[in-house]
Amino acid sequence: MADTGFAPSWLLFDRSTRAIIYGYQAQAVQGMLDFDYVCRRDRPSVACIVNPTRGGTHLAFWGSRPLPVPMYQSLAEAVARHPEASVLVNFASARSAYGVTAEALAHPCFRVVAVIAEGVPERRSRELIAMARERGTTLIGPATVGGIKAGAFKIGNAGGTLENIVESRLCRPGHVAYVSRSGGLSNELNNIIARNTDGVYEGIALGGDRHAGSTYIDHILRYERDPEVAMIVLLGEIGGTDEYEVADALRAGRITKPLVAWCIGTSAGLFSAGVQFGHAGARADAQRETARAKNEALRAAGAVVPASFEDFDRSIAETYCRLVAAGKFAPAADVQPPPIPMDFGAAVRAGVVRRAPAFVSSIADDRGEELAYAGLPISEVIERGLGVGGVIGLLWFKRELPAWACRFIELVLQVAADHGPAVSGAHNTIVAARAGKDIVSSVASGLLTVGPRFGGAIEGAASVFRRAVKDGQPAGELVAAMRAKGEPIPGIGHLAKSVTNPDRRVELLKSFSAQHFPATPHLEYALAVERLTTAKRDNLILNVDGCIGALFLDLLQSSGLFCAAEIDEVADGGMLNGLFLLSRTIGLIGHFMDQRRLRAPLYRHPWDDIAYLAPDRHEP
Amino acid sequence: MAQRAIREYDAKTLLARHWPDFVGGPLRYPGRVVQVGPDTPLDGLAEKAPWLAGERLAVKPDVLAGRRGKHGLVLLDAGWEDARAWLLRMRGTTAVVGGVSGELTHFVVEPFIGTERQYYLAIRTERDRDDVLFSPAGGIDIEEHLDQVRTISVPVWPPRDAPDFGPLFDGQPEVPAQLHASLAGFCAGIYRYFRALGFAFMELNPFTVHGGELWPLDLKARLDDSARFECGTLWGDVDFPAPFGRRLTPEERAVTRLDERSGASLKLTVLNPAGRIWTMVAGGGASVVYTDTIADLGRAGDLGNYGEYSGNPSSDETYEYTRIVLDLLTRGSGADGPGGDGKCLIIGGGIANFTDVAATFAGIIRALREFAPRLRSSGVRVLVRRGGPNYREGLRLMRELGGELGISIDVYGPDTHMTRVIGLALGGAANGGA
Repeated sequence: MADTGFAPSWLLFDRSTRAIIYGYQAQAVQGMLDFDYVCRRDRPSVACIVNPTRGGTHLAFWGSRPLPVPMYQSLAEAVARHPEASVLVNFASARSAYGVTAEALAHPCFRVVAVIAEGVPERRSRELIAMARERGTTLIGPATVGGIKAGAFKIGNAGGTLENIVESRLCRPGHVAYVSRSGGLSNELNNIIARNTDGVYEGIALGGDRHAGSTYIDHILRYERDPEVAMIVLLGEIGGTDEYEVADALRAGRITKPLVAWCIGTSAGLFSAGVQFGHAGARADAQRETARAKNEALRAAGAVVPASFEDFDRSIAETYCRLVAAGKFAPAADVQPPPIPMDFGAAVRAGVVRRAPAFVSSIADDRGEELAYAGLPISEVIERGLGVGGVIGLLWFKRELPAWACRFIELVLQVAADHGPAVSGAHNTIVAARAGKDIVSSVASGLLTVGPRFGGAIEGAASVFRRAVKDGQPAGELVAAMRAKGEPIPGIGHLAKSVTNPDRRVELLKSFSAQHFPATPHLEYALAVERLTTAKRDNLILNVDGCIGALFLDLLQSSGLFCAAEIDEVADGGMLNGLFLLSRTIGLIGHFMDQRRLRAPLYRHPWDDIAYLAPDRHEP
Repeated sequence: MAQRAIREYDAKTLLARHWPDFVGGPLRYPGRVVQVGPDTPLDGLAEKAPWLAGERLAVKPDVLAGRRGKHGLVLLDAGWEDARAWLLRMRGTTAVVGGVSGELTHFVVEPFIGTERQYYLAIRTERDRDDVLFSPAGGIDIEEHLDQVRTISVPVWPPRDAPDFGPLFDGQPEVPAQLHASLAGFCAGIYRYFRALGFAFMELNPFTVHGGELWPLDLKARLDDSARFECGTLWGDVDFPAPFGRRLTPEERAVTRLDERSGASLKLTVLNPAGRIWTMVAGGGASVVYTDTIADLGRAGDLGNYGEYSGNPSSDETYEYTRIVLDLLTRGSGADGPGGDGKCLIIGGGIANFTDVAATFAGIIRALREFAPRLRSSGVRVLVRRGGPNYREGLRLMRELGGELGISIDVYGPDTHMTRVIGLALGGAANGGA
């Protein structure tokens, strides 16, 4: 007890008490800090967190300011860095609660260890109790929410929400100290005491297990010695005999302050066969352990025991009023706690704030029970067999395309998936793969070549054909105009293919559209252009990019799902290259895998294939 | 999680299985014991345990009921054919033990041993120690011979091996001197076994020693089921039966299943299917207080159930749970039409620490809406009292629901004493919520 050696033994917590929190319980930590803040403590009560899986910092709030809370991976380090901490709030699971508590009991710095876990084996709890007794450490729990000292310190989640803490006037000390077995009911006690007296001074929930680390008498004797406590409230329970220690102490005159007591579970006799009430310890094995017997014993020993829980509040109020009337103490005044900002999430849920979002997204939603594409749940996408074409319709154009359109998109993806290793994209991917780069880098290296000269003609062709068809420009005028500008017509011309050696891919697309498209005005226009250009040179054919671009416009228009402005947007908005990008990615991934399997070594271009035109310094 | 009693059969087979590892020594425990459950075929049993045919037998119900002998529920010194006939006659019948009536579902069959000397051994767990108790005057009248009970206490800390149990037997004229050492050794062994398996209580009353074998005539034991993660492999598939007389109704079974699937806690005990007062109370402590208070007001006989939900159950879980309670509540209540002395449902609770009240109420409300016609025709009144995170929203939803469904729903918050709604429910005054 290095730092707290001057505190009297009955004082477990005060406004400078600091705690180490075992377990990454962000909500409990914030709850403690918010309590500290509304109590106007000088320093936060949370010294640090022990999180076995991650060290570093947890970012909490002190009022509205961010507060970094140190986080360590071991209790030993936490203790070494924060020797001032006198309380361990142990959130470890039932499995590890024993080990953590035993380790904490070996550190002399802790005056109090609170064990939150439910389900600690009884023998382990009993060993911890004996160890704690030997070391003079107060053990609270297991299976408890902890306890609260009004205006000073709170263990973990005790006291509930900040709203409840304020409503139960826990920001400043009253004159009533309580000890309860149940943690759930401790909050109700905070409420009852706040409404019937000047409020809680301190309250401890012992925990619902059969063997609690500290018992009623441990805390009541502390309250007896604490001059700030005017009266004591005990909420006991069926099972065990710990309440009799209080009755004995009352009779022996070791408790002189008024004590209002009630043991719950008086109705256990209703159950003809043993029913396990909510708490593990709530079970009477003998007459002495029944709630009725214990209430009787406490009443006989001089405690104020009501006839029923129904009258518990009145018993507390009457006892309190008698003390006030006798002038035993001045009732504590209420204080105005400083406001604490609401958590943003809670405020949004409550509908009291709004914020302009930094991002807007309108195609997919992952927030509900099921992922949805353009509002269509993914299971429906699969059940109805929309396929890759359908998914593209939903995610690219936010609508459900007709089946023929979906199939056309899939046809495009298939015909443009690869065009051999010699083209720019595949070449780059191969070179990168052979340089030992990963799949993302290698495929990206290939994709980065897609543009106006490689693969990018779909977009250019669509743009040119769209405008010409819309303006009703005759094919001959377009050809003349482009020639006048000295520009090639996008989508026209091929390095290897010609009228006599047609591109099979274009044949496939044309044949599909003839069978399935309701109308193909853009393709017809493009073919009219091709007739003129091939008359000049026989390789100036409509190439695969031009064909896809024209047919995609036909798809949008003849599906009847898009208005003219939307079609213009697709044609001019730089979107159609996406088709080529997606399709060719299939091939590029294939090239990457191929090179990996072949274990192809680093590629170096041969000197003799490069014409070195740099001036030779040695030549005169 | 708590201490839970196991069957005599499991207690004896567990002991026999672990005897060599923990006890050993000169005394043997063969653990000849056969279980007869509700579906155990009696034909062919004698082939599996050949000793059944050769020995005189003792047959007892194994249903966690005490004082079976006094209730004439034990068959002693019988041959297998008689035992078989007795089992066929008794199995599935209902017996009343200690004022509790229950079905005799399980039995143990063992070799019968004429009662020679009857000893008593018990191990109890106290807060700071384990007590090992021995008396040479065992049997059902052990309480009358408490002066003969000797106790050795073993502190729980620091942990150490079993102490010398010789003093339990030193100078005992009732125990043959040549047995003192082996019984002390047996005590040490069974104490180690008790500790290693996470027992909370064990009682051999009576036991005897016969032909170098230890014979526990009766063996009661409770395991601490929170020790499962440490001792579960040593337990094997031990059964934790419901207490005698507690046959779970289908609804209780449904809630048990819900509870097992959930990280939260959901409990239901049907006390009186024809009860007028039904409760759905949040929290292990608060649920007990509500039950107490109903009894304090003299209406225990009208109470339909003990029910509890806690540990922040999801809306779906409270929905399922509420449906089960509402189904029970609205059954066969033709006589209790509107205007009559109808039923009431108390949706109670203290001030939650971290359970989201609005979220748990959302599930309850879903179920109330679904059962609205049945609730209306049964004239059910609903009273709500709750506090905690988001309680204002939860109470508001409940208040609005009453008007929407045409059901009387009175709603109260933390400013009304926790149990006051019970008086309001029973007194019939419905003044609307705070």
